Amino acid sequence: MPKSLTPSLQALKDEIEGYAREFGLDFFDQVFEVLSTEELNMVAAYGGFPTRYPHWRWGMQYEQLSKSSEYGLSKIYELVINNDPSYAYLLEANAEVDQKLVMAHVYGHNDFFKNNFSFKYTNRKMIDQMANHATRVRRWIDKLGVEKVEDFIDVALSLENLIDQHAPHLKRDPDPQVAKAQQNERAEGLRVERDYMRPFMNPREFVDAQNKKLEEEKKQQKRFPERPQRDVLAFLLKHAPLEDWEHDVLSIIRDEAYYFAPQGQTKIMNEGWASYWHSTIMMSRALCGHELVDYASRHASVMVTQPGKLNPYKLGIELFHDIEKRWNEGRFGKEWDDCDDLLARRSWNKNLGAGREKIFEVRAVYNDVTFIDAFLTPEFAIEQKLFTFDFNDKKNTWEIATREFKKVRAKLLQSLTNFGQPVIDVVDANHENKGELLLAHKYDGVDLDPGYARETLKNLQSVWRRPVGIVTRVDGKSTLLRHDGEQFTEKKVAL
Amino acid sequence: MALRIDQDHGRFKQIVRGKIKQNLKQYVQQGEMLGKKGKDFISIPVPFIDVPHFKHGSRQGGVSQGDGKPGDALGQGQPQPGDGSGKAGDNEGQHVLEVDVSLDELASILGEELQLPNIERRGSEKIVTTRVKYTGINNIGPQSLRHFKRTFKEALKRQIASGTYNPARPVIIPIKQDVRFRTFKLENLPETNAVIIYMMDVSGSMGDEQKEIVRIESFWLDTWLKSQYKGLETRFIIHDAVAREVDRETFFHTRESGGTMISSAYKLCRDIIKSDYPASAWNIYPFHFSDGDNWSADDTRQCIDLLKSDVLSDVNQFAYGQVESPYGSGQFIKDLREHFSEHDKVALSEIADKDGIYGSIKDFLGRGR
Repeated sequence: MPKSLTPSLQALKDEIEGYAREFGLDFFDQVFEVLSTEELNMVAAYGGFPTRYPHWRWGMQYEQLSKSSEYGLSKIYELVINNDPSYAYLLEANAEVDQKLVMAHVYGHNDFFKNNFSFKYTNRKMIDQMANHATRVRRWIDKLGVEKVEDFIDVALSLENLIDQHAPHLKRDPDPQVAKAQQNERAEGLRVERDYMRPFMNPREFVDAQNKKLEEEKKQQKRFPERPQRDVLAFLLKHAPLEDWEHDVLSIIRDEAYYFAPQGQTKIMNEGWASYWHSTIMMSRALCGHELVDYASRHASVMVTQPGKLNPYKLGIELFHDIEKRWNEGRFGKEWDDCDDLLARRSWNKNLGAGREKIFEVRAVYNDVTFIDAFLTPEFAIEQKLFTFDFNDKKNTWEIATREFKKVRAKLLQSLTNFGQPVIDVVDANHENKGELLLAHKYDGVDLDPGYARETLKNLQSVWRRPVGIVTRVDGKSTLLRHDGEQFTEKKVAL
Repeated sequence: MALRIDQDHGRFKQIVRGKIKQNLKQYVQQGEMLGKKGKDFISIPVPFIDVPHFKHGSRQGGVSQGDGKPGDALGQGQPQPGDGSGKAGDNEGQHVLEVDVSLDELASILGEELQLPNIERRGSEKIVTTRVKYTGINNIGPQSLRHFKRTFKEALKRQIASGTYNPARPVIIPIKQDVRFRTFKLENLPETNAVIIYMMDVSGSMGDEQKEIVRIESFWLDTWLKSQYKGLETRFIIHDAVAREVDRETFFHTRESGGTMISSAYKLCRDIIKSDYPASAWNIYPFHFSDGDNWSADDTRQCIDLLKSDVLSDVNQFAYGQVESPYGSGQFIKDLREHFSEHDKVALSEIADKDGIYGSIKDFLGRGR
């Protein structure tokens, strides 16, 4: 059972919270709970929430976490939930210096959740919401049996990533009423004040072309959906022949996917920001002399890099430090970009002191993609020894491919775009006039995994109940993968 | 303590073992984490189920940081998803040991795999032992048994009661009256006990391969029965024309030669039961392995009489496994079958080769006796 803070931890919390405020962090109320290792593993397996709907995959995550903590391979230090008030968990057995570090780190996350634009539309009462989801799913299980409901959850999870990562910020479809009002039956051409000018302003060919375009648009409207739709889950909820309970379960899966999406989009920034603050608060305020070695060892183990992996904590904190330094010394803008005197660049310092202010701004209005795009510099890439790696088929090993800045940046951005997931739209729900669902994969140079695609199509088919297909590229050729519930087929198509 | 997640965890384990939801079985993958135990690297198996998604094909590469020049290898393989922060691949060529499932886990897998019923015990609560457990608390005792937590609790109680406790400065100082000591309590523990009596024919016709089969089979029998009973005892008898009791080591490694008089073993078995294991309190499992080539029909008759009159009434189950030897399979199992095929305490099984072990275990243990 979660325990409330002991008086000494409460005193620590007050102390750290004071420092966080002093530095200008702006956060939701923070609640800390103290858990045993098993409980912490459980909560982590549930994705940070104390209550989730019953499903085997929490058990799977729990098995991984508990095995890895039993064998001393890894240990969870912090776990914090984007919620108002924010909840975070402390490990009962941690030493005091660890608790300090975790608390400082948590205030960084909390500030980020509250202020970064990506989280603006997330549900801030998600702990309650998750518990409600659990109750709803349990009710269906009581009614229909665990097998049936769980099987459908498995199917829904298989489609979980087919959401529109940016949907909360955009309005994709125009309001149907407004759209209708804007529509003209015939093209009028350009507005002309004087009648005799009309043939000159709107020659016949031009009007014809306009009419043709209008007709095209109308034809488009007969298509369904009118334009490609990225949020496949929403489309299914609206148009697939689902039973009540299936609709309910699928909408739960979709809500939760949207809740977690911003955390995927800001992993580097979020961890970087929290690490920046734990190190700032610890080093300048909270650390006692005798704790220095323990703190340094802990901090170093968080920042450790391994070949073949990218440590978001490390990359994030270094980038924030770099931005702070550049804006403190004025290493930005036209004058800096145009300067090609190496010596001058090296000793560049305009004493602007605007670094802190800048990083606060950055934490509010960037996400990982724009963060890397805007602030990754060649100097930084060299200093941090960034490289890209690829698989060498001949030697059968992973190896370093290049350290060239442009390629490193491109690869990094590619792996972050759409959270590293393939971009897939619904393009036609009545394919070949047979009620088949057609998806399209926006090819960006990487093939879909064929085995996974096939199994996923099978799951999608069981939701849509009619044959489904996806247009993608296999070995450079446009290909339609199709599943009709019984059979999987693959054929080349012209785009 | 039971956690809410135990249910999900149990369900996941069942899926991995293929007990439920066969449709997911195909997605089960064997991951591993590398850990360290002393000097050795150990591999910790972590199965996971990968629900299919539309995803990019593998081997995409990525971005990382560190030393090295283009073309340098990164070490073995890319870490798999879900391997925590195990340090994969930084020590090539180290010896890796498998940490396998624990014996308990093994037994339950075996039980599920073979669909073995749990064994019905008998003689429970007839034997009572007293055990000394240090669970008591007393206010006098030796310093070495001081109970700090209870002592401080007492001190806290006293300080709160007397109003000297200050939550803002929670200093607790125990005085002499607060000190508590651990002390022993006597507990009565009912026990159910079980004994396996292994008997093996070591006559000239039993070769190494036959003994290997017996060894493997008795390991599995041991494992299962141990999971069912605490304090399992084992006794070993070897026989050719005469029987004698031996230790485990000798049992598996002796090679004698000579004739075969199975009745000698059964006599010894009977004597052991009579002297050491009263049937009212013990669960008794004799297992006999032989190639079935008994000396004479006379002796076989004697065996059957022994079983009928003495042994069967005392044991939970009598099991006979006939191992096929290079000299062919003997007559003994047929004789037993003739007399006991209706008898539900007798389990008979023929083991042709190593692959037959699996079926034979099921023959022996499948009845839940």
